[in-house]
Amino acid sequence: MTALPAALRPLSYFWTVYRRTWMADLSTTFFTPLLYLASLGAGLGQLIGHGRPLPSLGGQTYLAFVAPALLAATAMQVALAQGTYEVWGARNFWSGAYRSMQASPISVGHIVSGHMLWVAVRVEIATALFLGVSSAFGTVRSPEALAALVVGPLVGLAFAAPIAAYSVTARHDQPFNLVFRLLMLPLFLFSGTFFPLSQLPSGLRWLAYLLPLWHGVELSRALYAGHFPVLAGLGHFAYLVGVAGAGLIVARSSYQRALAR
Amino acid sequence: MTGPLVLASALTKHFGDFVAVDGIDFEVQAGEAFGFLGPNGAGKSSTMRMIGATSRRSGGELSVLGLDPDRHGAEVRSRLGVVPQEDNLDLELSVSDNLYVYGRYFGIPKRELRRRIEELLEFARLTERAREKVDNLSGGMKRRLTIARGLVNNPELLLLDEPTTGLDPQARHLLWDRLYNLKQKGVTLIITTHYMEEAEQLCDRLVVMDKGRIIAHGSPQELVGRYVTKEVVELRLAPESASQLSERLDGRAQRVELLADRVLIYTDDGDATAEHLLRDGLAPRSTLVRRASLEDVFLTLTGRQLDE
Amino acid sequence: MSGSGSQAGMLGSASGAAVPAPQVGPQLAQGPWLRRPLAFASRNFSVQVRAVPYVWASGLIEPFLYLLSIGIGIGHLVGRLPGPSGTLVPYATFVAPGLLATAAMNGAIYECTINIFAKLHWQKLYDAVVATPLSPADVAIAEVGFATFRCMLYAAVFLGAMAGFGDTRSWWALLCVPSATLTGAAFASAGFAASCYMRSWTDFDKIQLVAMPLFLFSATFYPLSELPRWAQLVVEALPLYQGVALCRQFALGYPSASALGHVAYLAVLSSAAGALSQRRVTKLLTP
Repeated sequence: MTALPAALRPLSYFWTVYRRTWMADLSTTFFTPLLYLASLGAGLGQLIGHGRPLPSLGGQTYLAFVAPALLAATAMQVALAQGTYEVWGARNFWSGAYRSMQASPISVGHIVSGHMLWVAVRVEIATALFLGVSSAFGTVRSPEALAALVVGPLVGLAFAAPIAAYSVTARHDQPFNLVFRLLMLPLFLFSGTFFPLSQLPSGLRWLAYLLPLWHGVELSRALYAGHFPVLAGLGHFAYLVGVAGAGLIVARSSYQRALAR
Repeated sequence: MTGPLVLASALTKHFGDFVAVDGIDFEVQAGEAFGFLGPNGAGKSSTMRMIGATSRRSGGELSVLGLDPDRHGAEVRSRLGVVPQEDNLDLELSVSDNLYVYGRYFGIPKRELRRRIEELLEFARLTERAREKVDNLSGGMKRRLTIARGLVNNPELLLLDEPTTGLDPQARHLLWDRLYNLKQKGVTLIITTHYMEEAEQLCDRLVVMDKGRIIAHGSPQELVGRYVTKEVVELRLAPESASQLSERLDGRAQRVELLADRVLIYTDDGDATAEHLLRDGLAPRSTLVRRASLEDVFLTLTGRQLDE
Repeated sequence: MSGSGSQAGMLGSASGAAVPAPQVGPQLAQGPWLRRPLAFASRNFSVQVRAVPYVWASGLIEPFLYLLSIGIGIGHLVGRLPGPSGTLVPYATFVAPGLLATAAMNGAIYECTINIFAKLHWQKLYDAVVATPLSPADVAIAEVGFATFRCMLYAAVFLGAMAGFGDTRSWWALLCVPSATLTGAAFASAGFAASCYMRSWTDFDKIQLVAMPLFLFSATFYPLSELPRWAQLVVEALPLYQGVALCRQFALGYPSASALGHVAYLAVLSSAAGALSQRRVTKLLTP
């Protein structure tokens, strides 16, 4: 019997816990995006151009405009929840997961990569679910959309890694409230998700360009529609990889400091 | 007021089918320290809650400070002080704020309240910690604060439910000292406990409760005198020797109690009995001669120990 | 028994004799019914006023952000919408009152759900309180009242912002504040009652599961007429819709008789949930 590679061992812990708690998670990973899609996508879509494609939306209906953005936004939401409360909880009490992992031959580096891998898995589950739902709503117009299954976790990691670097050192969980209200919510509402970014004044637009969600939204939108612009697309992709990579490096050193005995 | 401060007759409390308090009678006089002694689950806390007007009785009569707690609960509570079993201090407030907020629940005017808080902090030996968050206090300090809080309305009657459970011996003695101090100032105390030492130290009179009933009542000395001998010899023996004990004793002891880890021999002259056994050839692993206590009273009455 | 003003407390008297101070407790026990809940509500003040102010501020940020993004950002895509009376209004003006009612709902839920559970079961705070002249009913009134008061403050501030953005159409809009407050009261009562029945903190995820669809489907972002008939009937029965409809009428300046119906609904919900809360919390705290 071959032992699981050290990098994957944390996964077995998280998966075991998930098997017990997956139903409670459904509400955030499945129902919330579904409800937003139905209400703000379809419902509002009826009001906007009477549900017909609009030039201001790139020649698509409002529903088709919003759906891929919600995919990226869901990825961000799941990743941030994982990267804040789950990381903090694993370090402090509830599970004390990190502590028990440290007591085994698993190294700190593996703990980081193991947990980030798990985040990617969780985001992937949410992404896949949403892809299914949105195609049921008829918003997927090309098989290229399957590549969104890569974009989702990438966006997730771009958020989870940097925030985990902070969370693992945090003493209390109250600041996380701020992360959700002052970071996630504005990004969610203003990254070209519900209206084209061109509506925003240029200063705020640049802010959106800097943060990962907009890139994820653009990528997803292109893939859903089947018009993948190679140069711009690769640019977005590279940006996300860059942010995720840098985040992982910072997280690694942060974990080393935080989990030092 | 004249007459007993608390008067109970056939007091009963049940939760569904479970009978927690099974028709008990007792009375508490003004100025005394009255105890409810018994193991966990004896019905002491339920009785306290009925006296404290936070639980309605299921049957019988109860009068607290001349009032029926079921009908005049708020007024009864305004004249009582309560020190509950579990600390339920407000962890989000500081030490003095806890006292302040609690005092406001009684409608105590602000200036008077501030004055009292100073006194109470001194009483509890917590003056230097007035501004600290309650979270940072040790167990003993929290308990002293809880007692101080129970006094904020200058109650005529103070109810203490297991006041020193979970405290280390030093904290416990400090607490007893504070309670004794209160007693001397004339506050009537009602205490529940399962520590016989506490009952012996603090209580003028007590009742022994078990399974919802009162099985004995009187002062600690009376109870010991009535139910057990003056002294006890405690032996740790090999099992074979234990069985021969009665022959060896030859009528010198009133009773022998076999516990899981030791043997208790009840006799009026412990030293003499122990000497006799040793001369007779008995070789115990250890011997102890001590005075009989309330623990022995309970054991005699129920066949069980107080902390089982 | 009661002597004159400040006598030495029993602890301070040097002679060692007990000198009972004037008994004020009985006055509180028998006095006007509001005094006792107010005494308990002041505890919440002490805690929250000293707490970090962002907790208060954050309750306002969300509706603002939604107003800016969906109200104004999508505004030009949607164009104008018919208000209750049929006149067309800009989209942001349509959405704003819905966000106001939602802010009240969220404020009430924030204050009156997991907090209550924590105070009941973990901090055992209420156990301490009911040993005083206060009763469990006082506690329930105080908590719901405090939450409602917070909703009122949020509503007033948000209304001010709405006015600043030009989303209010007449002086009737001032009635948005009591409308949002009533909505908050209904949710605070319901939240408190629900919290008394919850058994573990994971149950509270279910509350989000309820609040989210309420937010999205209570005619906040588009008129009720956009939904299929069966969905319209469902939504009309929901409390947030009642609050939204009420606020919208006043904000747009076209109050109608239906306002009475909305008010009645919310008032009945508040009272029923309040009664349920009192019974349940009395059973929990004074078994």
